[in-house]
Amino acid sequence: MSVNAMSAKEVTRKLINREPLFILDVRNADAFQDWKIEGENFEHLNVPYFDLIDGVDEILGDLPTDQDILVVCAKEGSSIFVAEMLEEAGRSVSYLANGMKGWSEHLEPISLGTLNETGADRGEVVQFVRIGKGCLSYMIISEGEAVLVDATRMTDTYLDYANERGVKITHVFDTHLHADHISGGREIAEKTGATYWLPPKDATEVTFDYAALEDGVNVKVGDTQIDVHALYSPGHTIGSTSFVVDGRYLLTGDILFIDSIGRPDLAGLAEDWVGDLRNSLYKTYRELSDELIVLPAHFMIIEELNADGSVAEKLNVLLANNHGLNIEDEEVFRKMVTENLPPQPNAYQDIRETNMGKMTPDLETQREMEVGPNRCAVR
Amino acid sequence: MQTIKTDFVLDAKGLACPMPIVRTKKTMKTLEPGQVLEVQATDKGSKADLRAWAESTGNQYLGTLEEGDVLRHYVRKSSGSDQEAPAFADTVDNETVEAKRTESDALVLDVRETAEYAFAHVPGAVNIPLGELESRISELDTNKTIYVVCRTGSRSDLACQKLSANGFNVKNVLPGMSSWTFETASTVN
Repeated sequence: MSVNAMSAKEVTRKLINREPLFILDVRNADAFQDWKIEGENFEHLNVPYFDLIDGVDEILGDLPTDQDILVVCAKEGSSIFVAEMLEEAGRSVSYLANGMKGWSEHLEPISLGTLNETGADRGEVVQFVRIGKGCLSYMIISEGEAVLVDATRMTDTYLDYANERGVKITHVFDTHLHADHISGGREIAEKTGATYWLPPKDATEVTFDYAALEDGVNVKVGDTQIDVHALYSPGHTIGSTSFVVDGRYLLTGDILFIDSIGRPDLAGLAEDWVGDLRNSLYKTYRELSDELIVLPAHFMIIEELNADGSVAEKLNVLLANNHGLNIEDEEVFRKMVTENLPPQPNAYQDIRETNMGKMTPDLETQREMEVGPNRCAVR
Repeated sequence: MQTIKTDFVLDAKGLACPMPIVRTKKTMKTLEPGQVLEVQATDKGSKADLRAWAESTGNQYLGTLEEGDVLRHYVRKSSGSDQEAPAFADTVDNETVEAKRTESDALVLDVRETAEYAFAHVPGAVNIPLGELESRISELDTNKTIYVVCRTGSRSDLACQKLSANGFNVKNVLPGMSSWTFETASTVN
């Protein structure tokens, strides 16, 4: 018997379109509680597959008859196992192809519109939404060239996309040394001959060559005036750097998010870096045009997605609404940032060392290191 | 690589989820209560799932050893005898054992299966599984105060009765290792 597979892309479209979906998650309770597929109109039922080995009769009454049902597990084997039993019991269900592993690795490219409206080639910023983990990366395209920012380890997705669009990747940036996900930046640079840039203050221990991403660095994309301008904005890490793109977009990395701000502790230095974070958020960003559209490196909750699935908001809206940008008292800010920290991301030390080139774990290990939700923010 | 004595070994290497747990469940049905199963698997997810499955079914997950790509899980089939009320009158609590275990005339005797003992036991405790106690009774010193411990106090209760009848000075430790909050030692990992 064959059961219908639903791809991570199809689930992503349902999520973005706010469609209803009933998710039967058959992973163990800890895994489910730690991290699950969330959508505005998604409902969940968690019953571990090992409680269903003898049959699914007990849960038939808990499954709706009037909406799509998706069975989800870690890799897909157990969800197929359960889905087949449900089909035999007369219920029509799908399973998530490649399970949460595939969900974690899916990147949804969403065009944010055009750049430099006066030019013949208007260029474009494409946001790659890693919907399962909340990571956001960017491809800035103009006149046959492209610049990548904060690329994930799913390097083929970017390379294929660049190929389809017929553009050559010339520069690859990481806004900081990531601790929550493995960067694909260096590998993409190696494969394409692009320059790989890292903030030197984050790169003191790296084992490879890189170009120094420092305040004021400027690169052009294509022949016209689409520029990508680096702005030193420490706080999440000591090297954290933002970008102003084409005078219209502000790529904030892990310093400022839509509904939260960055956490300064992932290298164990919350107390040292909180002052830098304050300065970046309350001085550096406030000296910029508040018409800039903020493009962060993460989203934390599904409510941060716009109607088209993108994650972007004007700086002046965030200055008015983001709690982390509205704490007058420096002491109160310091307390909030250092005392309300969520748990550290899974394997964050190993991830940092991998991004420094000190470790080269195999793909399966990389997947395990990245399991779980994103925890880069304080709210 | 240390081997731990078990009653049955299930080879689930190379099998993807859900098969390691499906096979484990099937195999456990053939075991006697109290027996220990070793499950060999290569699916990394089997560790968290086996633990969660054991908890939800009342079986006892003992631990996992990793050897290259192979995970060796140890699980003990739930034993009905654990529920019986202890009959041996001379009992001590865990706190007393922790306070006295280093005294020169004290001996902690752990009568759980070797696989249970291997992952966590009272530091310095000697392991003689209940089933081997009769044949190994001569290994014990009649001059010592013997604190007999198991998981919940049932097997140690039977051991105390046997040892007391043979002239040993014994005390049954209640509630035992299931509630042990002090330091433990391990012979693996």
